[in-house]
Amino acid sequence: MRRLLNQQPGRFSALCLSALPFLLIIIVYLTASDLRLADNPNDKLLPSLGSFKEAIVQAALEPNRRTGEIQLWSDTAASLQRLLLAVAISALLGLMFGIATGVIPYFNAGLSPLIAVLSMIPPLAILPILFILFGLGELSKIMLIILGVAPSIMRELHLRVIDIPHEQLIKAQTLGASTWQVIWRVVLPQLLPRLLNAVRLTLGSAWLFLIAAEAIAAESGLGYRIFLLRRYLAMDTILPYVAWITLLAFLSDYLLRVLSRRLFPWAAKT
Amino acid sequence: MNTLHIKNLRKEYQGQVILERINLKVSSPEFCTIVGASGCGKSTFLRLLLGQETLSRGELLLNGTPLPAEPGPDRGIVFQRYSVFPHLTVLGNVLLGLELQDSPLLGRLFGAARRRAITQAEATLRAVGLFEARHKYPAMLSGGMQQRLSIAQALVKQPKILLLDEPFGALDPGIRADMHELILDLWRENQMMIFMVTHDIKEAFELGTRVLTFDKVRRDPQAPDAYGATITYDIPLGKGYAQNLAAIIAARAATEAFRAKLAAEG
Ligand SMILES: Nc1ncnc2c1ncn2[C@@H]1O[C@H](COP(=O)(O)OP(=O)(O)OP(=O)(O)O)[C@@H](O)[C@H]1O
Ligand SMILES: [Mg+2]
Repeated sequence: MRRLLNQQPGRFSALCLSALPFLLIIIVYLTASDLRLADNPNDKLLPSLGSFKEAIVQAALEPNRRTGEIQLWSDTAASLQRLLLAVAISALLGLMFGIATGVIPYFNAGLSPLIAVLSMIPPLAILPILFILFGLGELSKIMLIILGVAPSIMRELHLRVIDIPHEQLIKAQTLGASTWQVIWRVVLPQLLPRLLNAVRLTLGSAWLFLIAAEAIAAESGLGYRIFLLRRYLAMDTILPYVAWITLLAFLSDYLLRVLSRRLFPWAAKT
Repeated sequence: MNTLHIKNLRKEYQGQVILERINLKVSSPEFCTIVGASGCGKSTFLRLLLGQETLSRGELLLNGTPLPAEPGPDRGIVFQRYSVFPHLTVLGNVLLGLELQDSPLLGRLFGAARRRAITQAEATLRAVGLFEARHKYPAMLSGGMQQRLSIAQALVKQPKILLLDEPFGALDPGIRADMHELILDLWRENQMMIFMVTHDIKEAFELGTRVLTFDKVRRDPQAPDAYGATITYDIPLGKGYAQNLAAIIAARAATEAFRAKLAAEG
């Protein structure tokens, strides 16, 4: 008998093993839900599959009576808009900062200590300041996400620039490259796949800050909705919303990975 | 003809003297090979010639004018590793030098200019035997092919001085022999000045028209950093290319015969 750490599951058993915990959770949930509902048919804590279905149809298919919008889609659009804008700005900032400090010693001396300090500030702690400065509108939510994720993208990209072998930068100069040309033709193209990767890694915290900001001050958005529904204990809508947010997070991660592989075939082999 | 004058060169790092009292006059086409103990400052010497490091004292004159204190297209370099661009194809790597020169802002050429540059780059790739692989990325190339590519990159700029820092050190012996022939061919065609660092004395004598050995002549046991290495031997071999190639072929034949004999004896 081989040691346990040397035993590999086959493909089929690996698949079964990965499905098992999910099945268990569903079974435990349904049993518990049935028991509670048998006790008290008005219980809201663990809704039945039927009430999930009703809530999903109501949120995802039927227009809201007051606004005429379909709630799930308008919430998703509002949240994604904030998230995409903030992440795009953060990525751009990260790229500019990473290249400037990684390539040009004067920028490194001037900016790196500042970013090191800024990235230590817990972003949620300055949320009140953001609300005071920028009001309760879109700007403060987007600023929160940027403050939350941009410093780590910046630092990550700075490190990735430093990782580029110095020989390449010297070689480029012997080919006649100016500082700008080194950045444009040597550093930037090698940084783009690393940028996508850095964005992927920070998406989790981007969602965190988005939902936090929406929970505190918003009139729309996925985070706003689940915190609003909390007041009515509407688990039948909250749980599908959480599942939907998880799916969106998973899909954005997957898309970035596929995009990176498509756009930068040379990076996969190194 | 280009002439490089090195006058009383000295290099120290934070009080540690690495190189001192180096005087040399080299004219193209000369193939200088540099040997010396590990850590004696051979790479430092090349970095000084390249402009990657600044001299602590002394002068570097190319045709009477000081060499610029930063790397530029008059001096090409081939490092032991890592000097090709992984995000560009083989052709793109060679094309880059031509694109940078003619397109300051975008670093890219279009239309007829691009086609001309491609023709030139492809000719260089043919010369180093990489034409067939021109659409591959460096990660798909062997170590020897990557070094050929790095040489092709440097050659396309037609540098006055070509610096090679153990360019074949990471390659296995059969490929090294091919690379020797290649570099001699290219040197004969382009007539430039070459400085090549190597750990292989045989390689130094086979390839060079002039062998330079670096070593410390003065030592102070109480202060090991007080003195640096200098050129202890400057051996002009003055071999013509043909003789040189003949020597290589003879040496290789002898080695092969010896190997065969060993194999036969088991
Ligand atoms: N940037 C630096 N700062 C301080 N010391 C350095 C620096 N670069 C090199 N040295 C020192 O200079 C000495 C010579 O280094 P160099 O790399 O030139 O040796 P080398 O002859 O090329 O050795 P090898 O044959 O192992 O490549 C070494 O003692 C090294 O520690
Ligand atoms: Mg060295």
